[in-house]
Amino acid sequence: MSKKSFRQAINEAMRLEMRRDPRVIIMGEDVAGGQGGTSGVVDAWGGVLGVTKGLYTEFGPERVLDTPITEASYIGAAAGAAATGLRPVAELMFVDFVGSCLDQIMNQTAKFRYMFGGKARTPLVIRAMFGAGFNAAAQHSQALYPLFTHIPGLKVVIPSSPYEAKGLLIEAIRDDDPVIFLEHKVMYDDEEEVPDEAYTIPFGEANLTREGDDVTIVAFGRMVKLANEAADKLERQGISCTVIDPRTTSPLDRDTILDCVADTGRLVIVDESSPRCNMAADISALVAEEAFDALKAPIRRVIPPHTPVPFASVLEALYLPDAAKIEAAVKAVMNHKVTEAA
Amino acid sequence: MQIARETLLRSYRAMRTIRDFEERLHVEFATGEIPGFVHLYCGEEASGVGVCANLTDNDTISSTHRGHGHCIAKGVEVSGMMAEIYGKSTGVCRGKGGSMHIADFSRGMLGANGIVGGGPPLMCGAALSHKTLKDGGIAVAFYGDGASNEGTTLESLNLATVWKLPVVFVVEDNGYGEATGSSFAVAGTQKDRAAGFGMPYLECDGSDFFAVYQTAGEAIAHARAGNGPIMLHVHLQRWYGHFEGDAMTYRAAGEVAEAKRDHDCLDLFRKKVTEAGLLEHAELDAIDEAVRDEIESSVVAAKAAPLPEPADLLADVYVRY
Amino acid sequence: MNASITPITMPKFGLAMTEGKLAGWMVRPGATVKAGDDLADIETSKITNAYESPAAGVLRRQVAQEGEMLAVGALIGVLADADTSDADIDAFIAQFNAEFSAGAAESADDTPPEPSVIDVKGRALRVLDIGHGDGDPIVLIHGFGGDIGNWLFNHAALASNRRVIAFDLPGHGGSGKDVGPGSLEFFSSVVVDLLDTLGIERAHLVAHSLGGGVALTTVKNAPSRVASLALLAPAGLGPDINMAFIDGFISADRQKTLIPVLSYLVHDKGLIGRKMADDVLRYKRLDGAVDALRQVAAANFADGHQTDNLRPVLESVPPTLVIWGKDDEILPSSHAAELPDAITVEILPDTGHMPQMEQSEEVNSKIRTFLAR
Repeated sequence: MSKKSFRQAINEAMRLEMRRDPRVIIMGEDVAGGQGGTSGVVDAWGGVLGVTKGLYTEFGPERVLDTPITEASYIGAAAGAAATGLRPVAELMFVDFVGSCLDQIMNQTAKFRYMFGGKARTPLVIRAMFGAGFNAAAQHSQALYPLFTHIPGLKVVIPSSPYEAKGLLIEAIRDDDPVIFLEHKVMYDDEEEVPDEAYTIPFGEANLTREGDDVTIVAFGRMVKLANEAADKLERQGISCTVIDPRTTSPLDRDTILDCVADTGRLVIVDESSPRCNMAADISALVAEEAFDALKAPIRRVIPPHTPVPFASVLEALYLPDAAKIEAAVKAVMNHKVTEAA
Repeated sequence: MQIARETLLRSYRAMRTIRDFEERLHVEFATGEIPGFVHLYCGEEASGVGVCANLTDNDTISSTHRGHGHCIAKGVEVSGMMAEIYGKSTGVCRGKGGSMHIADFSRGMLGANGIVGGGPPLMCGAALSHKTLKDGGIAVAFYGDGASNEGTTLESLNLATVWKLPVVFVVEDNGYGEATGSSFAVAGTQKDRAAGFGMPYLECDGSDFFAVYQTAGEAIAHARAGNGPIMLHVHLQRWYGHFEGDAMTYRAAGEVAEAKRDHDCLDLFRKKVTEAGLLEHAELDAIDEAVRDEIESSVVAAKAAPLPEPADLLADVYVRY
Repeated sequence: MNASITPITMPKFGLAMTEGKLAGWMVRPGATVKAGDDLADIETSKITNAYESPAAGVLRRQVAQEGEMLAVGALIGVLADADTSDADIDAFIAQFNAEFSAGAAESADDTPPEPSVIDVKGRALRVLDIGHGDGDPIVLIHGFGGDIGNWLFNHAALASNRRVIAFDLPGHGGSGKDVGPGSLEFFSSVVVDLLDTLGIERAHLVAHSLGGGVALTTVKNAPSRVASLALLAPAGLGPDINMAFIDGFISADRQKTLIPVLSYLVHDKGLIGRKMADDVLRYKRLDGAVDALRQVAAANFADGHQTDNLRPVLESVPPTLVIWGKDDEILPSSHAAELPDAITVEILPDTGHMPQMEQSEEVNSKIRTFLAR
């Protein structure tokens, strides 16, 4: 047990699983970096943000494969390798690049098992970083998890802390289905205590980071931290919140969300993804359908506007959910007055 | 070239099976009893069979939307294929895939594919598995002249070369991508494309089983020996439309008739082996007879087979969810 | 400052607690209380615990509101005589708060002691070693599926004048996951190895549940190393064992399935929350943890009964105290019947299998008295 960053936790998950299972391989753009350069240095980058650093040195070129910048072919190759005996972890760098390889994910990987009558196993993990907050603008900042969640056959994981990231990534690598593993790029230097050993966190079980009586907040990834910040502040003002980190959007732990809404009667959903057809909309529909009678106030969604992610800091800050917006939403549902029908 | 007698008999039977399978589908589809749509491989049999005669179950192939021939050539069971095309629970994919998604992993058949250009990246991955697991296998990506323009295909030619993968890219060039001729849609040549990636290139006449068998054998030996990827360009004629029901108004009168008259791979095969004294007419006739029976019984069985159960709707989306 | 005024402050349960939530007052303002009466429920991230009044008096003020989160040491209420004036109490509160915030800033970097993983004859054991004093040290031995966290409310209290060592048994907590045969003999040999490694000639063993069986086996095999025994709901004194708990504990991999299993452990089911389940799951998720538990269960409860009968050991033991929760649903308190006369037996009412957590103050005080005898 020691303090590890989000980046280290993810690196350690891959390292431990590569040691444990020779079928686990890593591939992606510059996951080592430097091959073909004039300095002769390999493992120059270890991924564009250094997440795979050192894996090439330990496992060599047969298991840590740099790819050309051709997402369709190497994501497809990862799927083909997964279907034929390897357990690849492919890095898509920025999830925004899925536009270049969506067919291989959506039409190939996700559908093998179903359309082949249950005969395929595709133990593939696609890691990608997502999210806004780095002035990376419209093509490098999206939170595209609803896109993957929409596709049957994929599992979608959004870790909210270093501990969560390590356990969920090891679970993903050992899972026999294709898993999209999305890392918020602003979180790589976040630190917390993380066991040195391998451990797994099951998919489809939400984590309650706190329990309260008044309002249920559902948040994803980095938003979990912001929701807890808001809840800390609200606690001092006498409003107690439950904060749910679903951990995975597919499968989604519907029961925990519904149980908590039944307890608190109020729901705020914090979702960094574009607002139309996002997780906030999905969960709102779930609660409206299954827990309508428990609601004491309308559901509130803390979501960005229906725009691309802007570049300038002032606009990006406006765009993103933050603790203050969450706090305001919680107060709004607390202050809702039920008007009795005449 | 010496070809084992068993290989000749097996290959003839595979080509005959494909031909009868597709001709029967042509008839049965018109009755309306087959759901969805089908793309027939008639006229192209020698390509799939000539390539796959050089492979074992340990080798992996990907196919196209026109996949029945590759399945049969790779040894997928005909009765299961027929039931699949009829959407029955006894189908090789339990009625959940249909004509365009027939796969049998136990035969190294990673699926027909409804997406043009879907297969080549997957075969880079299968080749990577063979290479990494050192199981001696290779991968073959079958794709058409249409798919040869897809970015996925061109990326795969690059990736396979960069990673030096044991993969054979087989361009089955029947001159048409759907209703558009390759003289319009394909810039340059397949040969120059291979050269552009520094990849060796071979080509052959796809109506001549012996030419395909021998050329594919060279290509596969190249890949199997660890020399990296290679392209095999097979020149073919498609006898039916892009899909069943396509009237082929874009093709000149007589084009198909001439292909059937002069370039029927089954006729050419029979002529060659009997003239060379390798096989007797009677042996081939017996195969024709057996295949007729097999196809007939596969259709009868498929029609009688049970439909999928409602519970099958939700099954097999995931290994575990 | 008025000597008759007693500040009620946020207590520190265990070593790592830095803040707690006042879950609820159990006494109204103006009510008279005795020392030891429950004043309030304090909720930590681990568990909810009753806070007992440190003195007799009248609860004059509830300074903290229910649901409020406060740092350890912060003022939550004021106890005083009925005749102390309101003005004096207001002055007391003002002065306390002024001094407390200053004090809090000073002690901000006063970090709690951290357990460390040490090598014990080739085995990695997680150990938390605190306290100093002249007497023989105490070694705390937890039970099946437990870890050093089981001693959260006891470790520091017992270490006020004595060295007290808690450790995770092999297969448990942060220790290595190899449990060998998983038997009491095996765990007992590890205890002796630990004493050797730490240079301890003789120790008082305070042991819970399966750990009690380990302690008794240690007395059997190495009597000179054991100064005394304090056994909490120990294994080895009867055949019965709740296999629904054992099997459920092993198989549950989610909070939802684990919480009902953990509820067997306590009399007050409200003590078991998701957070406690999550702590158990964090351990169970480690590679090898569940296999280790299976091995321990197979070695000790193979046919649904306890494998070892250690009653014969009791015929010649060092001074021994046995504490049992009357409502123990794991190992029945009837196992405390008919023990040799020399052994002190305490049966605690309204208490389940975890007396050291459910009745921590009482258990701590009984152990201290026992050791001071």
